[in-house]
Amino acid sequence: MAMPKIPIGEGAETLVNWIDDNFGMALDIFSDMTDYMISGLNDVLLLFPPILFTLIIGIAAYFIGKKDLKLAIGSVVGLLLIDNMGLWELSMETISLVLSSAFLALLVAIPLGIISAKNEWAFHVIKPILDLMQTMPSFVYLIPAVIFFGLGNVPGLVATIVFAMPPAIRLTNLGIRQVPKELTEVADAFGSTPLQKLVKVELPTALPSIMAGVNQCIMLSLSMVVIAAMIGARGLGYQVLIGIQRVDIGQGFEAGLGIVIIAVILDRFTQHLTPK
Amino acid sequence: MLTGDFSIQSPKKKIEVRNLTKIFGRKTKNALFLIEKGLSKREIFEKTGQNVGLYNVNFDIYEGEIFVIMGLSGSGKSTLLRCINRLINPTDGHILLDGNDVATASSEELREMRRKKMGMVFQNFALIPHRTVLDNVAYGLEIQGVSKEERHTKAKEAIETVGLKGYEESKTSQLSGGMQQRVGLARALATDPDILLMDEAFSALDPLIRSEMQDELLALEDKMQKTIVFVSHDLDEALKLGDRIMIMHDGKIAQIGTAEEILTEPADDYVSKFVAGVDRTKIFTAEAVMKRAEPVVSINSGPKVALKLMREHGISSIFVVNREKHVEGIIKVDDALKGSKEGKSIRDIMSDDVTITHPDTPLNELIPVIENSSPLAVAKDDGKLLGVIVRGSVLGALAIEEV
Repeated sequence: MAMPKIPIGEGAETLVNWIDDNFGMALDIFSDMTDYMISGLNDVLLLFPPILFTLIIGIAAYFIGKKDLKLAIGSVVGLLLIDNMGLWELSMETISLVLSSAFLALLVAIPLGIISAKNEWAFHVIKPILDLMQTMPSFVYLIPAVIFFGLGNVPGLVATIVFAMPPAIRLTNLGIRQVPKELTEVADAFGSTPLQKLVKVELPTALPSIMAGVNQCIMLSLSMVVIAAMIGARGLGYQVLIGIQRVDIGQGFEAGLGIVIIAVILDRFTQHLTPK
Repeated sequence: MLTGDFSIQSPKKKIEVRNLTKIFGRKTKNALFLIEKGLSKREIFEKTGQNVGLYNVNFDIYEGEIFVIMGLSGSGKSTLLRCINRLINPTDGHILLDGNDVATASSEELREMRRKKMGMVFQNFALIPHRTVLDNVAYGLEIQGVSKEERHTKAKEAIETVGLKGYEESKTSQLSGGMQQRVGLARALATDPDILLMDEAFSALDPLIRSEMQDELLALEDKMQKTIVFVSHDLDEALKLGDRIMIMHDGKIAQIGTAEEILTEPADDYVSKFVAGVDRTKIFTAEAVMKRAEPVVSINSGPKVALKLMREHGISSIFVVNREKHVEGIIKVDDALKGSKEGKSIRDIMSDDVTITHPDTPLNELIPVIENSSPLAVAKDDGKLLGVIVRGSVLGALAIEEV
């Protein structure tokens, strides 16, 4: 006799429907706010003409890169190339989506990382969830995102947030746990409050690790934002998707190159901002 | 520093430790019960899996002394130090700091005690890496909410005290080990606490710098009169710094006493083995080995009196003193014989080639001197004769070693 199938799929469906029924209102508000955030950021980025924007990024790169010209020149050339390929607006859309979702992901991930470093119980709850999140294929996140938020930028952002959080949580947790015991003893021995200990000793000491988490979070956001094109997220990813659907090698390659340029610039910027 | 006369002065008790027990592990009640039954650390570990760190420890630390807690690793010395400011929570017992119990203090009370009364210096310096020297030193004041201007002024004073003036804006990673530990010391001094807790503070430094820092700590202590609790595994360091030394063994106190007491009257086999390798010549002072300056002969008496005294006491030379007991010279038995036959006065026959030494001079400085001119006169700066040292008494002090 065959074992009756355990209704895992049905259970998940019921749960998703239940959330949709009961929290629909809150989801709508969240949806509106994030949509406003993404398009707001996009509008700001598009305020600058491409040449001016490129110049600003170049100057910023010059100072962030400790006056090393490599980063500045690379950034300027890359951005000019994007403009030349006619991908400027799509790129700005991608950047708005990436920065919005990375920002929201970090807003949740860093506090969660701190909590799991401070509290063993929280750590034991959070750790298996992180393991699950990181082994789950990224496409799977798209399904609930679509159900709750329909098609467009917002579900893309939500899926991206969920996908990009785990490394930031892990690295924040790790960074704080790796603060040398003598340093936490210093904080205690001189009479710090728990908050003073965290803000003045632990977080600054853990900063390189936390910044590595920020970098990872941004990079994962970028990769997910591209995948999220499948549920209607706009930007370069969508261009790649169209390229695939139409077997348009040229268009797909150009959009892909644009993504790589953005990825490299974001990566180098965050790495240079990490204290050594 | 090794005067050892605390019992006479009966100074104020600064820290009183009562029945302090620390057990590492979860089921401490079982282990506590077994301690009361008198089982050893090892037996308790075998039976319960609980590690006894401190074992019903009782002692007092007096105001203004340097109290060295000394022991090998695993003896519980660092645990004990950390119980005093409760970086480690004691399992049982009390630590009274000016009469207030640290062990039962609320977290606010504890924080206040840590801020105002205790400064701590760590073995590996434990400087906060992203802060400058100045901001490291000012940390204690910063968390108390002291204004930037005031805490920087105080921190600069502390930095000057430890001899690092000019390095305020340096990054700590640019400093040598010795300098880093000076920053650590300045940080502990900046809040002007009564008590300094020093956990193997000089152990990570190379020997030359270590010795220099020890000297400077002693000089600072002369000026500031803080109560210093110094943990060390280095016996030479303990003997050099400690007004009193507590030797710990397996979480228990093996002996408390001055350096000399521990060397001359070790409480048990462990302590005597422990101190067996010590270079006693650095520890014993002239005062410890001198004999009473008796007899002496007055400068106004004659050679015959000197001769008589020498004969009665079986000695071959005698010090000549004036009415204030200041040493004027020395007479050898041959000269006295000759002088008494020729009817000379003491002043004529005495030799003024007398070596006078201070009572605090360590023996290792006396040994080369005593070879050439025995005996030595011991006198303080006022010149009053306290005692004499002959070659035999130096050898005698060194021979106690074989117990």
